[in-house]
Amino acid sequence: MKGFIDLHLRPNLEERAEIRRIIERSAELGYKAAGVSLPQEKLQEGVREIRKICSDVGIDFISRIDLEPRNSAELLRSLRFLRRRVEVIAVKCLSKSVARQAAKDRRVDILSFSPIDLRRRFFDSAEAELASRTQVSLEFDMAPLLYLHGNQRINLLWKMRIETIIAKKFDVPIVLSSGVSEAWLLRKPEDYASLGYLFGLDFENAKKAISENPKRIVERNRMKLSPNYVAPGIYVVRRGKDCPK
Amino acid sequence: MPKIVRRRYIAVRIDSDQTIERKDFMRAVWSSILRLFGEHGASQTELKMIDYDPAKGLAVLRCSHKALPMIKASIPCITHIGASPVAIHVERVSGTLKALRRKLSL
Repeated sequence: MKGFIDLHLRPNLEERAEIRRIIERSAELGYKAAGVSLPQEKLQEGVREIRKICSDVGIDFISRIDLEPRNSAELLRSLRFLRRRVEVIAVKCLSKSVARQAAKDRRVDILSFSPIDLRRRFFDSAEAELASRTQVSLEFDMAPLLYLHGNQRINLLWKMRIETIIAKKFDVPIVLSSGVSEAWLLRKPEDYASLGYLFGLDFENAKKAISENPKRIVERNRMKLSPNYVAPGIYVVRRGKDCPK
Repeated sequence: MPKIVRRRYIAVRIDSDQTIERKDFMRAVWSSILRLFGEHGASQTELKMIDYDPAKGLAVLRCSHKALPMIKASIPCITHIGASPVAIHVERVSGTLKALRRKLSL
């Protein structure tokens, strides 16, 4: 898998034409892979449908689920059920206890926080330290930077700047995603990398945040989901007739 | 001896269902720069439109090389011109107009 990856598309799954429009637009703008956020109740059906659209368009499909647990127990229950079913698991942290649990759990891939309610952005040094041990990534959706104005955007940029400094200090990978639900809000990957300037992410690191960092997450999880995976560090390399006698 | 001013030429593509007038486009760019960086920041950009082709939806802008990150961050933030939704993408950046035109024709 090479090139730019948009890990967070949020089309309205009821409108098939809109899903196709967003995926086609992603391909036109130069993305090689797209992660589509799916609801838990329509997971199998959604994966099948969107994978077909993606293969028609010629873009790699990444299945993703966004969990919004109310407490740590609910998060653990969901992780146990879903980890072997989807390629990317993002946790939208609505409380501090959920944020801490998500940061220390290796089964979580991405931490995401509310762009509007800044009191619920719990990415501080303690959170970053936990996330750096488990290599859980911090996700920034770019769409709110385009549709928010005035005080809301000023405060969001201020918060994102602080979080970028903390993430760099603790070596937490940052993932830049579009987070769009409508095709006209999509921008080219280089444009998103340029937006990094607004919150202190330099152009090279911003490009990594749309290419290498999401790629690492997807490749790691695809490896784990493959039938050859046994345990961390143990893979089946040959089986049956392939084994030397 | 006068100081040599280093400039950058930026080609941008305008994605819209409607044809955008030159002055509307420029107003949207300035408005985006002002919202993000204020009047002090905008004054440092030395922004000027060099070329505009509404039919192709292509524009060439010139700015100070130090202000390039500001311009590149402001352009994707434009979501509407007038009432019509638009997406503006930076296509190419170059140090000379000649090189930019050459890159665009490739």
